[in-house]
Amino acid sequence: MLKDITLGQYFPGNSVIHRLDPRTKLISVVVYIVALFCAESWVSYGVMLAFLLAAITISKIPPKSIVRGMKPLIVILIFTGVLNLFYTDTGRVLVRFWKLAITDDGLTRAILMTGRILMLISGTFLLTYTTSPIALTDGLESLLNPLKKLHVPVHELSMMMCIALRFIPTLIEETDKIMSAQKARGADFESGSIIDRAKALIPVLVPLFISAFRRADELATAMECRCYQGGEGRTKMKLLRYGRNDFLAFLAEALLLAVVIALAFFGL
Amino acid sequence: MEEIISVEHLAFAYPGMEGQASVPVFEDLSLTIERGSFVAILGTNGCGKSTLAKHFNSILLPSGGKVYVGGIDTSDPDRIMAVRRCVGMVFQNPDNQIVANVVEEDVAFGPENLGIASPEIRRRVDKALKQVGMYEYREHAPHLLSGGQKQRIAIAGVIALEPKCIVLDEPTAMLDPRGRADVMETILRLNREKGITVVLITHHMDEAAMAQRVLVLHQGKVLSDGTPREVFSQVEKLHTIGLAAPETVELCWELNKKGYRLPLDELNPQECAQVLRDWLKT
Repeated sequence: MLKDITLGQYFPGNSVIHRLDPRTKLISVVVYIVALFCAESWVSYGVMLAFLLAAITISKIPPKSIVRGMKPLIVILIFTGVLNLFYTDTGRVLVRFWKLAITDDGLTRAILMTGRILMLISGTFLLTYTTSPIALTDGLESLLNPLKKLHVPVHELSMMMCIALRFIPTLIEETDKIMSAQKARGADFESGSIIDRAKALIPVLVPLFISAFRRADELATAMECRCYQGGEGRTKMKLLRYGRNDFLAFLAEALLLAVVIALAFFGL
Repeated sequence: MEEIISVEHLAFAYPGMEGQASVPVFEDLSLTIERGSFVAILGTNGCGKSTLAKHFNSILLPSGGKVYVGGIDTSDPDRIMAVRRCVGMVFQNPDNQIVANVVEEDVAFGPENLGIASPEIRRRVDKALKQVGMYEYREHAPHLLSGGQKQRIAIAGVIALEPKCIVLDEPTAMLDPRGRADVMETILRLNREKGITVVLITHHMDEAAMAQRVLVLHQGKVLSDGTPREVFSQVEKLHTIGLAAPETVELCWELNKKGYRLPLDELNPQECAQVLRDWLKT
């Protein structure tokens, strides 16, 4: 069951999007999110969706894996949809039971809001799927570099993020192993109330944490052995450089934002 | 021959937990390792093998005596990086040594720490990956590789620092037979072709038999020291501390107990077969 989590996973590839500078992709995602929140109408949603689908096609990421990544978020999606459905009291009433009414405005809002979340998540997935975590943290480090002047430990933060991402699959595998071991000794994770199930997880979490600490200790030793001494004086194998494609990506993003804002301006 | 590691009257104790006395590991240990050699260190659990290895790299510092690596005192705080560039370490669990999510980025981690220019890092990474035979996997994610492959990536990560010596602390303990054979072959090749000094800490007698020299540690002291043939033929001595000789030697030793007179220096099945055949003929 834990194998379904694809959060923060990278799919190696060689598409145009894979080869973009990570900084371009990071900025693009921010611009894309801003555009998404400026989009208010069906037309602008259509533009956003077209852009997203085009990006997914170019990236050659199998759409299935994006859908799979959505699974853990189903609860949030349903919650948002239902809340918007009942919370809107303007517009024509479609259905009414007890004190709750579903209006046509509410229905529109519910669809648009869940759509927005779906597009938001797919957009950010596209970033993590096409960018290796190291490139991602490199990009972030480089974008946040000005903050070093304010004594923000930018390198340390990006190193931590990189290691955290590296260990997600390892720890998931470990959790699976511990769960199997506890099941073999009669632990029951599937029945009982929510509280019972949460309690049943304690014998999984304790060994998981102990092993995570041991791993951290060994990793720290191994890093020291490989001459790690913080960000000071460190160089990179892959230097970040903006290319022609990055320029085109920025252009496309700017165009998208302009179109969405223009559409909002004309009330579409 | 010139020595690369020299341990002089090393004393070390792990600090005790609250209220308990500290645990001495070494009281007076002296040994040297020659440049370009392949030394295997054997010993039962808790004999100080791993503790000794950590002294070769300034991870642990002696509480008495000195450890010199390439002529540098490991306890000199200003020279720690020089020590670590000279001696690389590979540990038992490959998962806990790999820092990055992409093979080549992980191999680049060490050289990046040294502040080397980018094209030179690229060259070293490609060279290191080719030396361990993992060049085709350079863009893979490490967690999808087998244990043996991950361990070879860890070795590549160390040789990308271009050390003169690599210390491997039970590198094959978590691997399947296939992975073990691949890792051993890589280690042997690095030693023979690149002249890198190898210190291999192991529990596997057949791996130790591939070395030029075997050191047996027991309770913080050197119990035996010599070529594999010399060390393994002292079967009784190994048995007293709970170790066993390679199976081929054990077989001949058992036969000798029944009154046969066989030599005790056959390190691999071929040699053993030859000895038995010669003996049957006479």
